[in-house]
Amino acid sequence: MNFLRLIGNVTFSFLATIGSLVQFTGRSLIHSVSPPFYPRIIIKQMIEIGYFSLPVVGLTAIFAGMVLALQSFTGFSRFSAESAIPNVVVLSITRELGPVLAGLMVSGRIAASIAAEIGTMRVTEQLDALSTLSTNPFKYLVAPRFIAGVTMMPILVFIADVIGVLGGFIVSVYKLGFNPSNYLQNTYDFVEFNDVFSGLVKAAVFGFIITIMGCYHGYYSKGGAQGVGQATTNAVVSASILILCFNYILTEIFFAANG
Amino acid sequence: MVEANSKIRIQGVRKQFGSKVVLDAFNLDIAKGESMVVIGGSGVGKSVMLKCLLGILTPDSGSIKIDGEEIIGMNAGGRSRINDRIGMLFQMAALFDSQPIWENVAFGLLARGIPRAEAKEIALAKLALTGLGSEVLDLYPNSLSAGMRKRAGLARAIATNPDIIFFDEPTTGLDPIMGDIINDLILHCVKETGATTMTITHDMQSARKISDKIAMMYNGNIIWVGTTEDIDKSSNEYVQQFIHGHIDGPIKATAQV
Repeated sequence: MNFLRLIGNVTFSFLATIGSLVQFTGRSLIHSVSPPFYPRIIIKQMIEIGYFSLPVVGLTAIFAGMVLALQSFTGFSRFSAESAIPNVVVLSITRELGPVLAGLMVSGRIAASIAAEIGTMRVTEQLDALSTLSTNPFKYLVAPRFIAGVTMMPILVFIADVIGVLGGFIVSVYKLGFNPSNYLQNTYDFVEFNDVFSGLVKAAVFGFIITIMGCYHGYYSKGGAQGVGQATTNAVVSASILILCFNYILTEIFFAANG
Repeated sequence: MVEANSKIRIQGVRKQFGSKVVLDAFNLDIAKGESMVVIGGSGVGKSVMLKCLLGILTPDSGSIKIDGEEIIGMNAGGRSRINDRIGMLFQMAALFDSQPIWENVAFGLLARGIPRAEAKEIALAKLALTGLGSEVLDLYPNSLSAGMRKRAGLARAIATNPDIIFFDEPTTGLDPIMGDIINDLILHCVKETGATTMTITHDMQSARKISDKIAMMYNGNIIWVGTTEDIDKSSNEYVQQFIHGHIDGPIKATAQV
């Protein structure tokens, strides 16, 4: 009997969380497209999410590109297909590794920081203070982060794509002995608009997930410092899992569309 | 307890969380220009009542009227219009960590579209009323002492010249001298603005100093209300126990040693 009650409680709790998250997302979307807007805060968040995430995303991308070239060489050399390395590097980076790695890295950096900031504001009554000052916390806190996340992630991923391909180029040319101009020509000839575009669409969705998870967990945090810590952990874990989950769903959609 | 021509009238307000009833048929009237202090032990529902007034929580039933206008169930625009007339000093000041003091004080002004330079001038003038000078304008809240943060919070509460001001535990966490300074500032600011005020506090010294009337809350309702002079003469044993801080009496302490 207790076991059934436990299952019932967990199910209700799960459904309640889903409902609350859907409602939160809907409110965020509505407030993101309706005035008043806070351009100063949007720009500040764009700098925080975009500019300050560049080093970590860039480093991740360059090493991913370098490792990819090396591993591909190990495998492809067994059946004399080394010439496919530029193609494998550019496809893997633009379609998968660029958006996913950037998403996971930004999730660790930004979802945590958003949840901690908004969570601290919650437990120190700063959110209540905003309401009493006739300022809607959704418009002032959530919408700018949401707009910044959705717009900056594709830019970050595009830069990560370029850096990742550069990483593969460096290893292929300086370690594996590829001809530089042939490598670049192969890359350019093989990559298609849809390869890059699908990665950028994924990036925008990941930006959406990261900011919503950070804001949601921060907004509903409770219980002082421990609650804020829990909110931060939950934001990063849920954002990371959702990124991987939506990566599969989006890949399926693009796969069905493009073959 | 219900009086005519109230600035704030709370009638039959009920609020419960799960099975716990926090406010139960709560009634309170505050006249225009009056300074009402609500006293009561921890957990009796003072903060919930205040959050209902501020629109942060919605009561399950009852009525809250400000200048005769019902505020429960008001739409966002109406609530914003009411909040524009309200100033609030939070217990820990609740200043925004990411903004310098002047922007904190001028937040309500900037939200109304007042130019930044003009808002900064007003912030400086309001800070001066609370005894803070221009040297704190560009500092951030975490570089101020608790007393200074409280003063800055008070400056923010009065920055838009509200006609209603709420104070939540204004002297909590302050030493007695700083507490009395805050009491004087509240009196001065209220006199300056002519606002109607409601203060929540445990501090009887503060309550006696800043109030015209005192109301005592117990178990989600007002059990006594009267003028400041009358409280010592009250025959209500809950009031007598609370104002004298006696352990023995009808109010049972729940803390365990």
